[in-house]
Amino acid sequence: MFDTLGDRLGGVFKRLRGKGRLTEADVNDMLAEVRTALLEADVNVGVVRSVVDRIRVQAIGAQVSSALDPGQQIVKIVNNELVALLGGETLKISYASQPPTVVLMAGLQGSGKTTSAAKLANWFKSQGRNPMLVGADLQRPAAVEQLRVLGGQINVPVFSEPGDPVATAAKGLAEAQSLGKDVLIVDTAGRLAIDAEMMQQVADISSAVKPHYTFLVVDAMTGQDAVTVAKSFDETLSISGVILSKLDGDARGGAALSVKEVIGKPIAFAATGEKIDAFEQFHPDRMASRILGMGDVLTLIEQAERVFEKEESEKAAAKLMEGQFTLDDFLDQLQQIKKMGSLSSMMGMLPGMPKELKNAQISDDMLKSTEAIIRSMTPDERRRPEIINGSRRSRIAKGSGTEVADVNRLVKQFSEMQKMMKRMGGMGGKLGKGGIPTDLAAALGGRQGPR
Amino acid sequence: MTQSALPFIFLALAVAVVVFGIGVVVVSRRRAARPIRPVVKAAPQRTDAPNVVVVPPVEVPEQVVEAVDEPVVASLRDRLSRARSTFVGAVASVVGRGDITDATWDDLEEALLRADVGVGVSRALLDDLRTRVDKRTVTSPADLVAALRTEMARRLEGADRSLHFDATLGAPNIWLMVGVNGAGKTTTLGKIAAQQTQAGRSVLMAAGDTFRAAAGDQLATWAQRSNAEVVRGAEGGDPSAVIFDAVQRAAARRIDLVLADTAGRLQSNTNLMEELRKVRRVAEKGEGRVTETLLVIDATTGQNGLSQARQFADATQVTGVVLTKLDGSAKGGIVFAIETELGIPVKLVGVGETIDDLMAFDPVEFVDALFDEAR
Repeated sequence: MFDTLGDRLGGVFKRLRGKGRLTEADVNDMLAEVRTALLEADVNVGVVRSVVDRIRVQAIGAQVSSALDPGQQIVKIVNNELVALLGGETLKISYASQPPTVVLMAGLQGSGKTTSAAKLANWFKSQGRNPMLVGADLQRPAAVEQLRVLGGQINVPVFSEPGDPVATAAKGLAEAQSLGKDVLIVDTAGRLAIDAEMMQQVADISSAVKPHYTFLVVDAMTGQDAVTVAKSFDETLSISGVILSKLDGDARGGAALSVKEVIGKPIAFAATGEKIDAFEQFHPDRMASRILGMGDVLTLIEQAERVFEKEESEKAAAKLMEGQFTLDDFLDQLQQIKKMGSLSSMMGMLPGMPKELKNAQISDDMLKSTEAIIRSMTPDERRRPEIINGSRRSRIAKGSGTEVADVNRLVKQFSEMQKMMKRMGGMGGKLGKGGIPTDLAAALGGRQGPR
Repeated sequence: MTQSALPFIFLALAVAVVVFGIGVVVVSRRRAARPIRPVVKAAPQRTDAPNVVVVPPVEVPEQVVEAVDEPVVASLRDRLSRARSTFVGAVASVVGRGDITDATWDDLEEALLRADVGVGVSRALLDDLRTRVDKRTVTSPADLVAALRTEMARRLEGADRSLHFDATLGAPNIWLMVGVNGAGKTTTLGKIAAQQTQAGRSVLMAAGDTFRAAAGDQLATWAQRSNAEVVRGAEGGDPSAVIFDAVQRAAARRIDLVLADTAGRLQSNTNLMEELRKVRRVAEKGEGRVTETLLVIDATTGQNGLSQARQFADATQVTGVVLTKLDGSAKGGIVFAIETELGIPVKLVGVGETIDDLMAFDPVEFVDALFDEAR
């Protein structure tokens, strides 16, 4: 896929080594790369221009620090700028003194409004609220049915009736009041920003229910058009914030930046998966590194913390660093990692992975043969792979449905990994300090098995 | 071990396992090039399928017929005319300049980028033109715009954009719809069903989206409009089984065409892509053959569209692209990159919500619409 900004800048800064100060020409070369990176991430052309201009001002004359090379320095400036842009004031939900607090969902067709409405209702529930949903999308066949099913899954009542969406929304509000619900979420039909009639309809719904919050649902895969869409919805409805949907894919999500820059409204929530609880408040810092293609280590770590059994992992990690790691431990860790989700999505989140690995098509099935080989070994063999001789090898190969050469390769690579980890155990101190563990990535980049 | 170091240890483990695992994989793949022992797989054991219901066609269509009655013979260009202002602006300023300057190139690049054509493709297109300007074969800005237009249309020339239907098959043709969530698969399938029925083919719809709540209901509504039969499975059921059953049923009833819907999925979700691979495979376990696999792409999609096309093509041998929602302000330029870089032809374009709003893709009209200066 696309190169990361770091890769891109690599070529430029090689010739800048040893310079004490960045000249304007140097900066321009780098900014050209920054521009390309942002465009490939789908940040709007106009927004890219203004962002690059701001970065230029900061970059020219920036002293080259001893700790960072010029490339890293530019990456840092860019990253800080993006975080500042995406962040700013976050949206704090305050609840109406006279319930219900009304939330209106709007957006293009297929951006994920209905699913987001249900996810948002679930989020309100997790905040101790008592939400209700209104299905005012009477356009798309079975949209209301979809909302009802989702509402059923999270145990949130759904109101809707056929006919006029404006009337349905108004009745939904009355219903919520009489039922004593404190949050009302109104789902609307998808519409094109240039469809005047439909935009008028959503404006009518808005004046009928007088929402406290109006969220524009934007697909993370949206390209340049995000700006046009955000502008017209904001002009019609005065958006309070954005919900970024489908962020669990591999889109860089530059649309988030475009929208934030153009309408100045915060990105409130992000939908990060198919499950109904895959919905969280937005983290600008993570989005910045994602747009720049620098990986999303924090999310990865969070995922790891959710699924890993802490004590076991600590033990395994300690063993690993001391070189006491056995194939059994490896198998355990493999199981844990499988719980974290697909390998390819994890690879995408790791910074500094060698390009060959990033581009490799990794399917979860691919680890199966590795697993089968280890499982075909006796406990003794797993502890001490060096005892595996010719006859053991052919037994293992038969047992796992692989070939002797595969078994050989696995054993050899395992011992190489052990050595490598031992060496890294020695430099463990370097991994602290909250930064990207570049040493680790570099160490691995240099030696990834046979070529 | 300190608390703060812990996350990085997790990371180290993750990297270790991943790197280690891949080393093995890379090698075993290389090995796979060698002849391997044939694996005889048992055909899927199916008795009857208790989870599958067949919904008979329902007579409805008064109000729908009305919509069909109105002959909409608008060209793509007419339909796209609403939202072309940005491109027009850039092109107008290029032509208005009287001479080819640096600003000309910037304007053209910006116009292409705004249409989501992408950095790489835009640059390649313009570099090509730059040589011609250097050689003085193109001299005026107006000629330059015309040359760009011609060049883009030329790159889209010659592709086979017909929907493949093999009448000699003696079994149902299967057209499979794939794509990310919200691209418009179900709607497109509904429109294709109506058009194929009007063209005199018998159609059966397979509600292979068993994941999204009420997707089957949405499809059933479209089925009523085109008077087609639907085979549905249980929500959360196995999509392969639903489509397999649909094909069996179509074969038994000598139905020409099975239109199979699938659940939207992000191409980065390995497990769901594997599921789709299986759907494609199992669809042909019976008598039918998949003669068309259509990837549905939303015109608002940016550069991620290329990744979508690549991954879906890898999993399901995509034969064509359907570009939907082109009636909005988005220009769908990413399909230019998809077709020219991956060789997957764009076959259909969706420009609205009624049945007739699904049209054949015409490259000249598509490019003309991008460059149209009539407004």
